[in-house]
Amino acid sequence: MAPINLVYFAWVRERIGCAGETLALEQSPLPLGEVLDLLIARGGGYADALVPRTQVRLAVNQAYVEMDYLVHAGDEVAIFPPVTGG
Amino acid sequence: MPAMRSPFSRLSRGASWVSVLQTWRIDVTQAPFDSAHEEQALRERAPGLGALASFLGIVRPEHEGLPLSALWLEHYPDMTQKQLEQLAMQASMRWPLLGGTLIHRYGRLAAGESIVLVQVAAQHRDSAFVATHFLMDWLKTKAPFWKQAELADGQRVWVQAKAQDDQAAKRWE
Repeated sequence: MAPINLVYFAWVRERIGCAGETLALEQSPLPLGEVLDLLIARGGGYADALVPRTQVRLAVNQAYVEMDYLVHAGDEVAIFPPVTGG
Repeated sequence: MPAMRSPFSRLSRGASWVSVLQTWRIDVTQAPFDSAHEEQALRERAPGLGALASFLGIVRPEHEGLPLSALWLEHYPDMTQKQLEQLAMQASMRWPLLGGTLIHRYGRLAAGESIVLVQVAAQHRDSAFVATHFLMDWLKTKAPFWKQAELADGQRVWVQAKAQDDQAAKRWE
């Protein structure tokens, strides 16, 4: 099964320590909240970046989604802080 | 706030999103821009216009009371373009617009440099004013940009999202 592509921005990227990575899914689709559970379980910078999970925003294939969104193999999942442009 | 039109009222006459977007210029760039040049280009894209509203955002020389040297902006390139196109389409559904310009810079921008430009052309001023306001409020809360403040001592701190920006965006929902 194709992995998902994870991409991180701003302080989420800094805390996790990389700009992106791939993650193999054991099942597809999978609720996005469960993808975050897998990452948070790694502890360290992942937990710093993603706990509490209300501090991050989520996009799948470049569109905003919520935690209950179903992620499919091959999707691009972005995790980032609330935006501050303009 | 003027009454909103039915979302598809002006697009049901055969106009497609492609033709709407042809009257918009959307650019995410490191390079400086020239507001006067952009205004002239918009006038040429929007024949028949009677109003052109413009908003220019500038890097403020302070951050939470401390002197600021520069802002560092990063963005999510694949998503930014899509989000800005969606903002232009939303504005075009809500008000009778003739075209517009959305330019947002990224990279290191020194205090006093221009950072964002929104220009909207319409037949009448109300639509141009209100759509410009709407675009800035939504851009602040939906376009995937993140700012870091570079202080006078060279230290860099992430700028926190403001609750007041979320409140400003909500009034358009």
